[in-house]
Amino acid sequence: MIAYIIRRVLYAIPILVGINLITFALFFLVNTPDDMARMQLGQKRVTPEAIQKWKSERGYDKPLVWNDAVPGARRFTDTIFFEKSVRLFALDFGRAEDNRDIGNEIRTRMWPSLALAIPVFLVGLAVNITFALGMAFFRATVLDLTGVVLCVALMSISSLFYIIGGQYLLSKLWHLVPISGYAGGLDAVKFVILPVIIGVIGGIGSGSRWYRTLFLEEMGKDYVRTARAKGLAESAVLFRHVLKNAMIPILTGVVVVIPLLFMGSLIAESFFGIPGLGSYTIDAIQAQDFAVVRSMVFIGSVLYIVGLLLTDISYTWVDPRVRLN
Amino acid sequence: MPVLLATDALVWLLVLAVAAFTWYSSRRPHLAAPWARVFRSPAAVGSCVVLVAYVLVGLLDSLHFRPALPAKDPKATVAYAVEVRSVLDAALGVLRSRTERTYSAPLATRLYQKESIEQPGGGSVREFPRLRHGGSHLKNEADWGKDIALRVLAGLAGAAAAWALLVLSLRRTAVRRWPHVPWRPACAALALLLAVAGPAILLAQGYHVLGTDKIGQDVLYQALKSIRTSLVIGTLTTLVLLPVGIAAGIAAGYFKGWVDDAIQYVYTTLNSIPGVLLIAASVLMVQVYVDTHPDLFPTVAQRSDFRLLSLCVILGALGWTGLARLLRGEALKLSELEYIQAAHAFGVSHARILGRHILPNVSHIIVIALVMDFSGLVLAEAVLSYVGVGVDPSTTSFGTMINAARLEMAREPMVWWSLAAAFFFMFALVLAANLFADAVRDGFDPRVRV
Repeated sequence: MIAYIIRRVLYAIPILVGINLITFALFFLVNTPDDMARMQLGQKRVTPEAIQKWKSERGYDKPLVWNDAVPGARRFTDTIFFEKSVRLFALDFGRAEDNRDIGNEIRTRMWPSLALAIPVFLVGLAVNITFALGMAFFRATVLDLTGVVLCVALMSISSLFYIIGGQYLLSKLWHLVPISGYAGGLDAVKFVILPVIIGVIGGIGSGSRWYRTLFLEEMGKDYVRTARAKGLAESAVLFRHVLKNAMIPILTGVVVVIPLLFMGSLIAESFFGIPGLGSYTIDAIQAQDFAVVRSMVFIGSVLYIVGLLLTDISYTWVDPRVRLN
Repeated sequence: MPVLLATDALVWLLVLAVAAFTWYSSRRPHLAAPWARVFRSPAAVGSCVVLVAYVLVGLLDSLHFRPALPAKDPKATVAYAVEVRSVLDAALGVLRSRTERTYSAPLATRLYQKESIEQPGGGSVREFPRLRHGGSHLKNEADWGKDIALRVLAGLAGAAAAWALLVLSLRRTAVRRWPHVPWRPACAALALLLAVAGPAILLAQGYHVLGTDKIGQDVLYQALKSIRTSLVIGTLTTLVLLPVGIAAGIAAGYFKGWVDDAIQYVYTTLNSIPGVLLIAASVLMVQVYVDTHPDLFPTVAQRSDFRLLSLCVILGALGWTGLARLLRGEALKLSELEYIQAAHAFGVSHARILGRHILPNVSHIIVIALVMDFSGLVLAEAVLSYVGVGVDPSTTSFGTMINAARLEMAREPMVWWSLAAAFFFMFALVLAANLFADAVRDGFDPRVRV
């Protein structure tokens, strides 16, 4: 097991290097730092001195990958590639356009993100599984059909409309919760509850339909027929046999996203004014703050790889037949 | 003067490809059989009618030209306007040109905001001014209700007549040719479409059916223009994704060994990067490129078209991983089967095995993935435009419509019509696409055959 984990971690290194190269190519080769400087400073009447100043303030005035001007190992380290891309491995993210430390921002902003993402994840999972089990229980009846139709209809609505509709109904019309904003501590509950409800409802359509297919697939198997033949009640079959065995495919989709919860939700956070990592990223994209976007790409990739590893480990936990070696 | 934008060319290429494929497979029973199964599902037939209506609007909007300017003296060479228009613009003529000053509610005769109006006898009062075009044909505003009711009734009558005509001609031709297709849902969907379109056409002659937006543009016109953007993103993306996904997936599954390792490495790496962020980064880079090379894009239309096309390319370049993974698994399974082994033993070349034995046997996965991706892409466009990395702000799309309307939520009374229009147009498109995709999956997937 431990040997397996170590091997997987080692396997992740080339992937991280690949991600690093892709982001580096995207941010520095497709467009030179000069282009970025001109973009940030405005198109017209930019003096070469202003560009030079902008670049040296941010450390973009170095050679891209190889520095001939300095001796020894610094030929490699005193470059944009090393300073901006390799440093990410040490979780050194540098500074944003507004000169704040990105690492520090991430540490403070990840808590509001989690306060929103974890309830959405847990409640959503519970609701989806319940819905799907219900539909599987009443399979091939009017109830099941209505459920599927409802799911397809819910899936066809853009997530933006869930947010707009929820804000309008609950906040503007019924004045139950504030439209947007955030507060620390226990006060967070009243700000987070609406985004959580909307996040859960928005996920019901695709989630429960997917789980329903998994349950139905499982219910067609021989062991279920055996269980029924032995005279087990339908609810016992469903909960004790089908649900447990369907957990394996469900876990595949679910465990991967757990680490990514840190990243927060881009859309919900910016709509509801929650100062998490999602809104941080959106602000950075809109302000074209490349340093922040680069850091978030890196963190997101690392978390995804962690998620893949967790998925494999969780298999051994739910399915004793799986042995990692 | 006709103008061929890059996306237009690709859209028509796609239409040609689909037509050729339809013709090809209609003559081969084994290719036509799954489609026959698809069109035995009532939901598929109904949603297909809706999709065809959308596609027609989108195709009309993909024929662009630059109108000739009215010549001052007849001998001079004809000058062309800088602005690029489409056949749809020409067909909707009045909708495009009749703009108001600012917001007005659907079917309203007066503006949304109060303005000071000079009285004929001197002095001024603050009231809601009459619209320049909406309801301007009414001599007496009290006739408003009667006028609307008349137009709706006339529209419905026209729709009923058109429906009866269409259904009768269908019965003569299509029903006789394909008797197994459930025509009832098709007729119902057609009736629904016409019942909405008929009154809307008559009302649009005198009013703004869905109101106007902040700069006074007709919302119905914007919604119709958004259709092309959605369809282009939903279809051209798959055009980019398909060759890459097919080649990578089949190669990985068939050749195994280091080819498999390399391809798996590439798609795991691409998959690891959070999608929205990678798209955002790529789009930002495209934007920097466009801004630093203004000479390459002389007109606004070309610039926004390039942005739309690059968005499709980016989405496709990042979206092929899912298809590749599915195809890899299937090719892996197929390459172990006896008939492939037999082909190897006979000395058939790799290219021939791939083309004649593997590709036809994974084609159902490709078709399913194609139709399943469409609705997701349409929804993604709205979100990306909201984030600010979607289409160019000058391109009308559902995303830009929602984005503009979102800021006006707080107004009292609320400006709801832009949102409602975007909602219904998008919902109908995505719902039809989802239903159709489900039917296609059921028809093509050999596992769910009952």
